[in-house]
Amino acid sequence: MSQQSMSSLNRVLTTLSHKEPDRVPFFLLVTMHGAKALGLSIKDYFSSAKNVVEGQIRMQKKFRHDCIYTFFYAPIEIEAWGGEVIYSDNGPPNSGTPFIQSFDDIKTLHPPDVRKAPCLQKVLNATHMLKGKIGDEAPIIGVVMSPFSLPVMQMGFDRYFLLMHEHPDLFDQLMKINQEFCVNWANAQLDAGATAICYFDPVSSSTITTRKLYLNTGYQIACATLPRINGPTATHMASGRCIPILDDIAKTGTGLVGVSSLEPLEKIKSICKGKLTVVGNLNGIEMRRWDTTDAEIAVKATIQSAAPGGGFILSDNHGEIPWEITDDVLLAISHAVHQWGTYPILHM
Amino acid sequence: MERKVISFEEALLSLDHQKLKALIEQSSQTETNIHVVENLIVPALERIGNGWEQGDIALSQVYMSSRICEELVDDMLPVQSPERKNQPKMAITSLEDYHLMGKRIVYSVLRSSGFELQDYGRTTVDTLVNKAIDDKLQILLISTLMLHSALRVKEVNHQFLQKQVNIKIVVGGAPFLFDHNLWREVGADALGKSASASVGLISTIMGELSS
Ligand code: B12
Repeated sequence: MSQQSMSSLNRVLTTLSHKEPDRVPFFLLVTMHGAKALGLSIKDYFSSAKNVVEGQIRMQKKFRHDCIYTFFYAPIEIEAWGGEVIYSDNGPPNSGTPFIQSFDDIKTLHPPDVRKAPCLQKVLNATHMLKGKIGDEAPIIGVVMSPFSLPVMQMGFDRYFLLMHEHPDLFDQLMKINQEFCVNWANAQLDAGATAICYFDPVSSSTITTRKLYLNTGYQIACATLPRINGPTATHMASGRCIPILDDIAKTGTGLVGVSSLEPLEKIKSICKGKLTVVGNLNGIEMRRWDTTDAEIAVKATIQSAAPGGGFILSDNHGEIPWEITDDVLLAISHAVHQWGTYPILHM
Repeated sequence: MERKVISFEEALLSLDHQKLKALIEQSSQTETNIHVVENLIVPALERIGNGWEQGDIALSQVYMSSRICEELVDDMLPVQSPERKNQPKMAITSLEDYHLMGKRIVYSVLRSSGFELQDYGRTTVDTLVNKAIDDKLQILLISTLMLHSALRVKEVNHQFLQKQVNIKIVVGGAPFLFDHNLWREVGADALGKSASASVGLISTIMGELSS
């Protein structure tokens, strides 16, 4: 098939079945760039569902990628629990002071109702409106933090490590509470029109956890959580390493894995072949220094390493394009995928 | 010694406090405390740092082992101890960033290695520059997790140059690991790819400062 004729959704579904579509599917996971496009501050942009709908539609037109991304920012979940979000004019919002201040707080913790929290309502509204506009043309990707990764923002990394190592009972209790929230939040997004859920779980990545610890924690939690999500899921390592646990990830019931630029893509692809669709792995941080030629070189190398045979979606390695990246570079990336990503992949 | 270092590393990774104490006691019979720190604890932490850089060791282990070593060394070399290497004058901060984990680990590793340093906590560019100059720092360690925070090191460097102070800047944190040119671009004097790399970097800079 040499012409690029499929709809974005069909292109993605074909690659998910480990076959070659017309062209390499391309997920440009832009979030804050919508604010730039609309001339709004990041805080104002995310204050209304309408802005995000407009931003996503405009960006998809401009960059011609194969998905809509309803991710606002990770700490929006923290906001739903009553926690603090700190905005910046030139970077993603961050979580503020953790709301779990002592281990005992976990004993009385209850998850928020995902349909009542106004911040989550915004995401659901945006998803619903986007579904109305996009229909089945392109997949709409919703996002949840994994029950295992969320505590870093709920209680701070240091306290969380101590919880994991020294208070196993309370750790289990927190995982149960977070799991309820995660499943409800994912299913609410699917009900609102999301096609699939991206399950961000970088605390399970080998950058943070050994395989041994993962098998006792993040893995078990994923196995218990993912089957309760009523739609397809992608597990994203947010640019954390994952080669040691790829086979395990494949057994959690997820269909895709988002991988780091710090690991060789060819090796990742060979491990995942037939089991997991690989999403990645352009280096978003380095991208800040790229010119349009660098962008083309990087896209070509990525395609060459992972596209043959399908089971691959070209994207950045973190699940979010940093604010600093210019539209020119993003356009060059898009252009290169359209030019070089047509199947069958020719030797470049 | 190498065997002892490996045993110490294993005990750290498995959080075996009793074995750690026993190994230190054993070494203390023939060596001074500062030598036990330099020959046993520092190399074990270095191995753990390298293991993390290679992807073999988890951050949770890096964190737990650095905290344990910090406590052990606090007992062996109390803050007032003349053996504490309180030269050069240095401080660590998390610049315009709410993520404090990287800073915490580097602080613990340096203190576990017998260094004394100030923890400035989270700072903004202006407060940091003023504080560093007031304190007559020789080395400033900066940790950031967000890219836009990493880029602000440029302003710190710029102000140091403008004010004509010679404070060496050592940076570290995730953005610097994804873009190997970033540390130079922001005007840092050195990059630490892991927390334990800071020990060697400080020693090198000390050598340069005294020559
Ligand atoms: C786990 C993770 C998460 C977890 C936990 C994050 C946290 N700490 O709060 C979760 C899922 C919550 C998360 C969320 C987000 N994340 Co995140 N995440 C990661 C990941 C995989 C690891 C980060 C981490 O905490 N590492 C632990 C620290 C201690 O490691 P480190 O900084 O490398 O430090 C080590 C060394 O570098 C060294 N070191 C550190 N400082 C210093 C200083 C000196 C002087 C020296 C010598 C050494 C040194 O010592 C440490 C130990 O060896 C990284 C990618 C990666 N592969 O690293 C992305 C990453 C940090 N995330 C990123 C972003 C953007 C986010 C979000 C803002 C996304 C969003 N839009 O919402 C949110 C916000 C989180 C928040 N707290 O508000 C970006 C940041 C860069 C950028 N693009 O701006 C990264 C780098 C991903 C990427 N490749 O772009 N994330």
